[in-house]
Amino acid sequence: MRTVIPVENNDALAAVRGFLKQLLEAEVVNALLVPMETPAGTVTPALVADPDLLDAAVPLAPVMGLNTARVVGHVSVREPRGRIGAILRPCELRALVELVKLQQANLEDLVTIGVDCLGTYDVPVYAAMRADGGVDMTAHLSTAQGGELAPQEGYVFRDACQMCEKPHVEEADIVLELFGADLATGIPVSLSDEVAGKLSPPLSPPLGGKEGGGQRAEVVEKVVAARTRVRDARFADIRGQLEREGVEGVFAACVRCHNCMTVCPLCYCKTCLFKSPVFDHEPIQYMNWARRKGAYRLPADTMLFHLTRLNHMVLSCIGCGMCTSDCPAELPVGLVFRAIGQSVQEVFDYVPGRSVEESLPLVTFREDEWMEVGEE
Amino acid sequence: MAEASFEPKIVAFLCNWCTYTGADLAGTSRIQYPPNVRIIRLMCSGSVDPTYVLKPLLDGADGVLIGGCHPGDCHYQSGNYKARRRIIALKEILKNAGYDEDRVWLRWISASEGGRFAETVTQMTKAMKEKGPNPMRRKWAV
Repeated sequence: MRTVIPVENNDALAAVRGFLKQLLEAEVVNALLVPMETPAGTVTPALVADPDLLDAAVPLAPVMGLNTARVVGHVSVREPRGRIGAILRPCELRALVELVKLQQANLEDLVTIGVDCLGTYDVPVYAAMRADGGVDMTAHLSTAQGGELAPQEGYVFRDACQMCEKPHVEEADIVLELFGADLATGIPVSLSDEVAGKLSPPLSPPLGGKEGGGQRAEVVEKVVAARTRVRDARFADIRGQLEREGVEGVFAACVRCHNCMTVCPLCYCKTCLFKSPVFDHEPIQYMNWARRKGAYRLPADTMLFHLTRLNHMVLSCIGCGMCTSDCPAELPVGLVFRAIGQSVQEVFDYVPGRSVEESLPLVTFREDEWMEVGEE
Repeated sequence: MAEASFEPKIVAFLCNWCTYTGADLAGTSRIQYPPNVRIIRLMCSGSVDPTYVLKPLLDGADGVLIGGCHPGDCHYQSGNYKARRRIIALKEILKNAGYDEDRVWLRWISASEGGRFAETVTQMTKAMKEKGPNPMRRKWAV
């Protein structure tokens, strides 16, 4: 059913907290994975079992320090564990779908609570905003109704958010439908009748199609169109640069810190090839390479790292852009992955994050495909 | 090295059951083919990680050949089907990343096709000669 969580005193945050408390108190879930404000004032996901602690929950805070799907995997992958609710942005929901397919997360007894995303800030930007008088949440949330998404004056959204054409929740067990809604008065929510029936006090009766500011489809369409324009322009720029300079030009300033790999929600291998001794070459080997090419970049195998990661991850890249956010050299890692990903995903007719039913392209095959390949 | 005397270096990853045995047959049958290929035997084309292909290319090899069993003939049932998808993805990535994907060849060559193996190496050597040296030979900052 679709209904509205009423908002009082223009306090949408309190309304969402109240709804989350209801989920815990009615034992729809045994614990909630939700962004929390730490005593130090920063935001981090936490698995919350005590409803009283949800007073510190900040499920609408526009900051993204990690893709939460990564930790959803940690808390869900094996049973027994109890029933968990996870508050996730659209890019986190998409990452979760890929992690399930990579067998790194488990949807059994997991209630996904998707929240439309109005754009997020990098952690240092968010900290600067807090130091400078705070984030104007009323203004931020007011952009949902008309879809005029914009960062607070003087600040910028994360690079990935600026070109995100999927900021709306497409599928989740419970959806907080921010787009198109007047969040000063109520938050439209979609959930199953079963879950709704357990809540106390009961939610308002179901809404008709467009009640409660339900212009969601139109607003989403408008946001998607605007973001797609930005995305396509960015893609054209980076494709041109890749064509002219290659990966070694675009990633020339890479320091091989592996942050992009560490923060990628999908790069899950416990024993990554690039953290293994495989590339600890013998000293004489470096000398040979230096003689052969005249000089040899160190640390060695830097572009090999990026090209290998592209091969391993690009088909599943859901575009959260954490790699860009956490790159100390400010390289456009996420943009490269998204632009190349678009081409490669098209070859396999694969949309990462769309459905757990669709096999990962590199673990499946059809006998009668690409029959001409290899026969030349 | 003068351009005229350029001899390409080709690294070949051949599956144990078909293409490597086909190469062996080319040898025992005394079929002539260019000495430009350096063969590495693997158990299956499905065990070729993209890294194996990328490393020689970035270090300046002029071409990489992956040889496996014809579709339907894989000793492990499906390794070559998986290799096919992986190499298609790899070439698409190379193309988009600003590299020449035509330096990577995937060919199905059976254990009985010694002639086809020799012919493939001959063709590839010729094609890589026409392309000229891999620019990565001189690029140290990769």
